[in-house]
Amino acid sequence: MDEIFGIPAPLLFGQLLLGLINGAFYAMLSLGLAVIFGLLNIINFTHGSQFMMGAFVAWMLLAWAGLGYWWALLLAPLIVGATGVIIERLMISRLYKLDHLYGLLLTFGIGLMIEGVFRNEFGSSGLPYRIPNELQGAWDLGFMFMPVYRGWVVVFALACCLATWLVIEKTRLGAYLRAATENAALVQAFGVNVPRMITLTYGAGVALAALAGVLAAPIYSVNPQMGTNLIIIVFAVVVIGGMGSILGSVITGFGLGIVEGMTKVFWPEASSTVIFVIMAIVLLTRPAGLFGRA
Amino acid sequence: MASETTVGAMPAGVHESHGVWGFTKAQLTALVLLVAFLAIGPFFLYPVFLMKLLCFALFACAFNLLIGYVGLLSFGHAAYFGMGGYIAGHAAKVWGLTPELAIVAGAIVAGFQGWVFGWIAIRRQGIYFAMITLALAQMIYFLCVQAPFTGGEDGIQAIPRGSLFGSISLSNDMAMYWFVAAVFLFGFLMIHRIIHSPYGQVLKAIRENEPRATSLGYRTDDYKLVAFILSATLAGVAGATKSLVFGIATLTDVHWSMSGEVVLMTLVGGLGTVFGPVVGAAVIVTMQNYLAEMGAWVTVIQGGIFVTVVLAFRRGIVGEIANVFRVKL
Amino acid sequence: MEMNRRSLLAGAAAVAAPLSRARAQATTIRLGVLTDMSGPYRDTTGPGSVVLTQAAASEFGNRGFNVEVLSADHQNKPDVGANIARQWYDQGVDVILDVPTSSVALAVNQIAREKNKVFLNSGAATSDLTGSQCSPNTVHWTYDTYMLAKGTGGAIVRTGGDSWFFITADYAFGHALERDTANFVRAAGGRVLGQVRYPFPATTDFSAFVVQAQASRAKVLGMANASTDTVNTIKAAREFGLHRSMKFAALLMGVMDIHALGLESAQGLMLTESFYWDLNDRTRALTQRVRAANQNRPPAMVPAGCYGAALHYLKAAADMGAAAAKADGRAAVARMKAMPTDDDAFGPGRIREDGRKLHPVFLFEVKSPSESRGPFDYYKVAATTPGDDAFRPLAEGGCSLVRS
Repeated sequence: MDEIFGIPAPLLFGQLLLGLINGAFYAMLSLGLAVIFGLLNIINFTHGSQFMMGAFVAWMLLAWAGLGYWWALLLAPLIVGATGVIIERLMISRLYKLDHLYGLLLTFGIGLMIEGVFRNEFGSSGLPYRIPNELQGAWDLGFMFMPVYRGWVVVFALACCLATWLVIEKTRLGAYLRAATENAALVQAFGVNVPRMITLTYGAGVALAALAGVLAAPIYSVNPQMGTNLIIIVFAVVVIGGMGSILGSVITGFGLGIVEGMTKVFWPEASSTVIFVIMAIVLLTRPAGLFGRA
Repeated sequence: MASETTVGAMPAGVHESHGVWGFTKAQLTALVLLVAFLAIGPFFLYPVFLMKLLCFALFACAFNLLIGYVGLLSFGHAAYFGMGGYIAGHAAKVWGLTPELAIVAGAIVAGFQGWVFGWIAIRRQGIYFAMITLALAQMIYFLCVQAPFTGGEDGIQAIPRGSLFGSISLSNDMAMYWFVAAVFLFGFLMIHRIIHSPYGQVLKAIRENEPRATSLGYRTDDYKLVAFILSATLAGVAGATKSLVFGIATLTDVHWSMSGEVVLMTLVGGLGTVFGPVVGAAVIVTMQNYLAEMGAWVTVIQGGIFVTVVLAFRRGIVGEIANVFRVKL
Repeated sequence: MEMNRRSLLAGAAAVAAPLSRARAQATTIRLGVLTDMSGPYRDTTGPGSVVLTQAAASEFGNRGFNVEVLSADHQNKPDVGANIARQWYDQGVDVILDVPTSSVALAVNQIAREKNKVFLNSGAATSDLTGSQCSPNTVHWTYDTYMLAKGTGGAIVRTGGDSWFFITADYAFGHALERDTANFVRAAGGRVLGQVRYPFPATTDFSAFVVQAQASRAKVLGMANASTDTVNTIKAAREFGLHRSMKFAALLMGVMDIHALGLESAQGLMLTESFYWDLNDRTRALTQRVRAANQNRPPAMVPAGCYGAALHYLKAAADMGAAAAKADGRAAVARMKAMPTDDDAFGPGRIREDGRKLHPVFLFEVKSPSESRGPFDYYKVAATTPGDDAFRPLAEGGCSLVRS
């Protein structure tokens, strides 16, 4: 069989792979959101701007300090994560006793400010960033032409997600985290510095967003609004998966990337709305989300 | 919880149990000031600017109905505002409807849309609700970009203001102004009336303690859905009126940044206050006009206001004033 | 920045206070640049348009009347733009220039007609401004969708790119570009092998569409989209190696976009513009004059259009008398149409009765990094279409001003 629904099978298989790559970004972003939500109980509306900051910091490191992609992969998440720590300490931490909606409004406002500052500084049409030499070129898979960099994105994103999952599920630190999610006061009573843990968790979630931004810089236009459209889709992904589990958000991210990729083949015009439609269906049948706890 | 009205606020000779339409003395004073402002405003301020302000004020009041009295934060209200504008524009331009009918058409479609989206969204609360409404509104935005009748990025242009009831021409700015002021007052008073009806009391009970309201036998989801539909309908009225004022309906009004702006207006004015959304809309709309030369700083300033209000100023302007004078506004 | 105080004045004017008339003894012509200072078109219009309009005003000098340039940001919101336009016109602004974003431009077009003022558009792409919505008060100077389609579609087929695949943004603008270009491709003897329409503005990853284009085995990849989307399409297309078998044709792209993309990715790209700073001695001289004021960058196409339009208006106003030009916008535009145009940016040309400015249009090919001598040395001319052929024929636009 070399055709499926009128589409040549090799092409279809290739598109499946591309969907997986797209899903890698959804997975990393929704993972960061889920990590933050788990402990802080807020939805980090700044996430899209922090994704964008990751890409811009990669550009700055190259243009101003001559540090290339591999350094950016290490430094950009640290730098952006550090700004996240400052934001959490100065602002978000003041809101924990209030309705969580205030956290949403605050991070929305911070996101607007960051985007505006970057647009003032760098304009709106974007900045160039090239694929590192080591990852140039492409493999001929027989059924398709696969750029090396795309393969790297999937492998690296999967590794990040796996590492995050391992830290949270299998280490002592992760155990504290999970315990604090259930009952922060009790964990504090056991001598764990919960406020510091919260701060670092926020920083880590932000760092994940920035890491995704560095991954995106060579293949997407690096501009101030690059995170905004993406983050609304990621919100839908998060609603579909439910933010209860780390693994759930990763699986949902990759899964929806593939669904979107398939839609791009069969009905490209609908590929932006398909995720929202799935969200509506999931809400009607399983309001808590696929992996969520009610 | 303090009761909404005090007996002392009730003027003699009024038979309703909640004062004049449920207004307290302080609110009544504020209402008189507001009406006086509406009456003399156009003689010293630019009428088109005032009309824009009133449309946004009504939009913010409609939004406030949900967040202030039901505790639901919708982050997708631009969908109803913008759709109301598109439908009214299409109705007035292509079908040749009179302005009041065009607005009704916009309101009906926005309300229907609110019914469908509300039905989906009220299954979750809090931040989930906000994210769901945002995502659904984004879907509407995509549809409006693609749909032929919206004119894509050109928008619907040259929408005629037409003649009220087919006889009073609204092409004059002052005539249009009185019409818009009437629409605004109608919507404003209607929201107030809803809040002070028995239905409104149930909404407040749901906001304060939903499980308890459920245990008292109220079908809370139905109440929330009706509130959502009302809010969407009034947002549609505001958007429809705005498109007639300017003669254009475009993608700006369905974009998520518009959803953010209405949140900002209500927040600045005071969540859950009666007059807050009006004051907040006035502040933000005026600011946008004065900041036209500030370039990208507009976004930064708006973000800064969000942050400042949330961190230091959560009652909003009207809320703070009310707090100082120990009254409800 | 020099423009700040003046633009501040403009902002203040936008609510209540009338403009001060400090120099009331001489007539003052006021040019208002209404543009995008904060949104996606900032880099291609925005501050550059203000600088170039001011350059036109100062080069023109004082010939019996003063010229004042104001500016404001319409934030890409039609209601904000309409508000500013109304108040500007009511308070003594005679001409509004630039106005990128079609929805805002069409709204200003209405207001200028209603108030009998002048609207010189440079930044908007919609060819409706000289078609179904044409107005005796409006001149559309720089470019439009029809010209982009013709300049790119027909010309590339003649250089051998005779089979096309389109990646199209799924909305009216993308459809119009694709349809018009496809018509020119077919008219020149080429074939369209397929197209894919992707949702706008929700798409960041174009790899799926690029792979479909690759599978079509067409010789030319036509990109019927704009700005960030075009950049992302090109990045994906290069990554997947499409440049080895296909020519890339961007249907709406400018020199600032190339700057953002970098020559590494952009090399070999074909695109159409009506102005490039390094075309001839006159354009180089203009660049020399404005470069310092323009953030040390050469002018882009849309700001150059503001320069040409402002200069020609001022010449017409001097010709008919500034007071008469102020009193009757329609008459001023009629005088502009009656006089031949000539400026350093576009050379000699003329304005047609539907308001369309005619000038030569160029198909450019983007240089490779080794060919380029430095920043902004990006283009080489691949084909030139004379002004009379480059734009939509008068009869096809459906403009009511045109007598058959």
